[in-house]
Amino acid sequence: MKGILVCGGTGCISNNSRLVHDAIEKELSQQGLEAEFELKYTGCHGFCEMGPLVLITPEEEFYCRVKPEDVPNLIDSLKQGKVYEELLYVDPTTKEKIKTRHDVPFYQKQQRLVLKNCGIIDPENIDDYINSGGYKSLHKVLTTMQPEEVIQEIKASGLRGRGGGGFPTGIKWEFARKSTADKKYIICNADEGDPGAFMDRSISEGDPHAVLEGMLIGGYAIGAWEGYIYIRAEYPLAVKRLSIAIEQAEAKGYLGQNILGSDFSFSIKIKQGAGAFVCGEETALMESIQGNRGMPRPRPPYPAVKGLWDRPTNINNVETFANVPVIIGMGSEQYSQIGTEKSKGTKIFALTGKLNNTGLAEVPMGITLREIVFDIGGGISGGKKFKAVQIGGPSGGCLTEEHLDLPIDYDSLLEAGAMMGSGGLVVMDESTCMVELARFFLSFTRHESCGKCTPCREGNTRLLEILQRIVDGKGEKEDLERLQSLGENIIMSSICGLGQTAPNPILSTLKFFRHEYELHVEKKICPAGVCKGMISYKIIEEKCKACGICKKNCPVEAIAGEKKQPHKIDPAKCAQCGVCMEKCPFEAIIRG
Amino acid sequence: MVSIKINGNLYNVPADYTILKAAEENGIDIPTLCYEEGLTITGACRMCVVEVKGARKLLAACATPVTDGMEVQTESERVVSARRDILRLLIANHDLRCLTCERNGDCRLQDYCYRYQVEDTPYKGAKKEYPIDTDNHFFIRDYSKCIKCGKCVLICAEVNGAHVYDFMERGFDTKVTSAFDDNLQETTCTACGMCVNVCPVGALVEKSVLWQGRPWEVKKVTTTCGYCGVGCQLKLKVKDDRIIGVAAAKSGSNLGHLCAKGQFGWEYVQSNDRLTDPLIKRNGVFEKVSWDEALTYVANRLKAIWQEHGGQAFAGLTSAKCTNEENYLFQKFMRTILKTNNVDHCARL
Repeated sequence: MKGILVCGGTGCISNNSRLVHDAIEKELSQQGLEAEFELKYTGCHGFCEMGPLVLITPEEEFYCRVKPEDVPNLIDSLKQGKVYEELLYVDPTTKEKIKTRHDVPFYQKQQRLVLKNCGIIDPENIDDYINSGGYKSLHKVLTTMQPEEVIQEIKASGLRGRGGGGFPTGIKWEFARKSTADKKYIICNADEGDPGAFMDRSISEGDPHAVLEGMLIGGYAIGAWEGYIYIRAEYPLAVKRLSIAIEQAEAKGYLGQNILGSDFSFSIKIKQGAGAFVCGEETALMESIQGNRGMPRPRPPYPAVKGLWDRPTNINNVETFANVPVIIGMGSEQYSQIGTEKSKGTKIFALTGKLNNTGLAEVPMGITLREIVFDIGGGISGGKKFKAVQIGGPSGGCLTEEHLDLPIDYDSLLEAGAMMGSGGLVVMDESTCMVELARFFLSFTRHESCGKCTPCREGNTRLLEILQRIVDGKGEKEDLERLQSLGENIIMSSICGLGQTAPNPILSTLKFFRHEYELHVEKKICPAGVCKGMISYKIIEEKCKACGICKKNCPVEAIAGEKKQPHKIDPAKCAQCGVCMEKCPFEAIIRG
Repeated sequence: MVSIKINGNLYNVPADYTILKAAEENGIDIPTLCYEEGLTITGACRMCVVEVKGARKLLAACATPVTDGMEVQTESERVVSARRDILRLLIANHDLRCLTCERNGDCRLQDYCYRYQVEDTPYKGAKKEYPIDTDNHFFIRDYSKCIKCGKCVLICAEVNGAHVYDFMERGFDTKVTSAFDDNLQETTCTACGMCVNVCPVGALVEKSVLWQGRPWEVKKVTTTCGYCGVGCQLKLKVKDDRIIGVAAAKSGSNLGHLCAKGQFGWEYVQSNDRLTDPLIKRNGVFEKVSWDEALTYVANRLKAIWQEHGGQAFAGLTSAKCTNEENYLFQKFMRTILKTNNVDHCARL
């Protein structure tokens, strides 16, 4: 029997994949084909910009941008055992149509270990998870392994925290195991907040039971019998699917008392966050669960000693937990063969920015930036030149052309002045202004500072003010030195990871693109032509043919001119949008 | 005990000490704004950051426990640079009308700016300005001077238990306020004034001291509160032999904590209506007499009434303003001398 798998991730849903699913369901029933095709509504494939996606199993035929009106033709082709060519992916460079998912360049260099079920199983059906090998690792752990052996296995796998810090997971578990208390907790951090990052959302939406299974194994290992999933309320679909998963796991005896007949009991509650980025910081997250204002605690004591409600607590993020059943399943020996010496396994990156292919990609550690950007990402869109990537979100740093062949892992990124972070990867081309980019990230962290400690609360506001001044063309000579020294002091003296990393985008762009800053401050020039404060548009009289196209397209009526007379731009009215220059057929408009 | 090195010198300190405590006990002064002994350690202001060998970041001395072999620098270049920036950031968002501030000369922010030679701030930009809340009977709230150290929040919650204050908004917009951003009268405030006493700057100031004298003109006289038998220690702020306010004295049974009466209820001391001599009413008029005469008069009347009517003619009422010992003596006197059990105490009424 063939499977028709319609993507039900948030990206495809917003492209109306639900309607596609319903149209297929209706078509199958009208044609009486229910017995021949199994229709599923799955999680995310990662290639969201080509959605809604439909995958046909077992051949892995891959259809992109499927609309409800395409459904009758698609079903007709499938019925005849043919490929429906019209909806296949077209390689942008070779213009060839590609039939199967694994041949699409976006997927070729991926190694989908953690995401293996996403896009394949129905996340709202526990049997689908079980049939694809789910809860086998839990079974193995509960029936054949002591908690210490589980910790040993995770340590041997080399798994490191996927949420940003990269702390070895096994060692973290061991700390929590060794702490004695009347009660211990496991927390899954699903408060993914980096702009553009959605790996944890995709896993929670597409394979929620993998998260539960990872937590269960973690709970068994450290000796906890209560777990919390702290998830952003802005992820309603993930909340829904995790809730369904918890209910189904309880009904099947994977959660609750004496799980699978063992002495081990475990329950999981969902706590929705109210939308504060700082609550992704583990101690602020615990304060939030306890009903307090989300502000970080001083550490030590660390959560493994004194965490939620002052009890020993182990906290990992979604992607880390989703790795756990994989490791137990394949064994640490095989798992640790993937990746680099100190960073094992895979990492999921959210590719965004000026790329041909954007989306979610799971790659082995040690892959080069070049492979991610040019092979998976399909290179820079619009034929422009690669400039840099911002890796690690607003806490990370930028990497440039010289880093393209750097094998990516936790340590190499830190050495290069960036960080893995949760895996956001924003690609910039030559039309990106690096000062404006730093300003953008600072405006985010400044807004998200909790306000507890002085350097982060007051300092990030001042950094942003300085950057704003620079992009407005009012930068002062001393501003670059101020950015550098204040940025360093904020990093050194803030209480938590938010403040300790917030200035990173400034410091790394200052390091690699100092010249751009200098041009902004000294010459009041934005080389990328982005900063409106220092752009003006002018019509060259000799070239102007008075066609009136610029005048017609100007959104603020800043252009005046009679017929057959050269036109003029009123600088007082001009909003520096650049539409006139774009539209002028005679290249008579210049930016200065 | 563990041994740690601070600024190159070796010290042996108990293992449960923080760096701050270890330094303090050995005469090394680390600046603090949000730290207050007895309250939860928040590590919020970051003034006390120090350099610890092997740590990637600077650590808050108030919140970091000592470990054996730890090497600490309390005034290294990195530390001083961070502290200077913290001070510059604080004064960039602070009402700097120090000339007329009641805390001028008694302000931690000012002291540390002097210590680290922070004359001005390069960070000119947005500044938070709030209207001054003067509706409260006893003190004003001037949050344009607040540095968000959070000590008022903590002392109100952890010592008084009134939970009047908390933080509102976040990041740069963070402010300390009471529930629903209301005036204090609308809250559970008991007017104990402990928040005023822990404020390191001029954000919370007693009304009684306003325009009454500069801090260096005010003498602080340690005394015992006259209000009840607890015997709280406090320091009277005295200017020209007149009390203008009360500051906390850390010693004594109260560890610096006070109630509304001790903190603000001292006006009677210098009231014109206050009785300062014993009086005897003769022919319908009170006459000033000596203590000897007054006490002899009372003793004679007690004796006469006792002889004529017996002990049951008496009833005694004593006061919470007396000490336990005084109350004990009074009931003993009633029971054994006047031979009556008719004795009571105002706190039971």
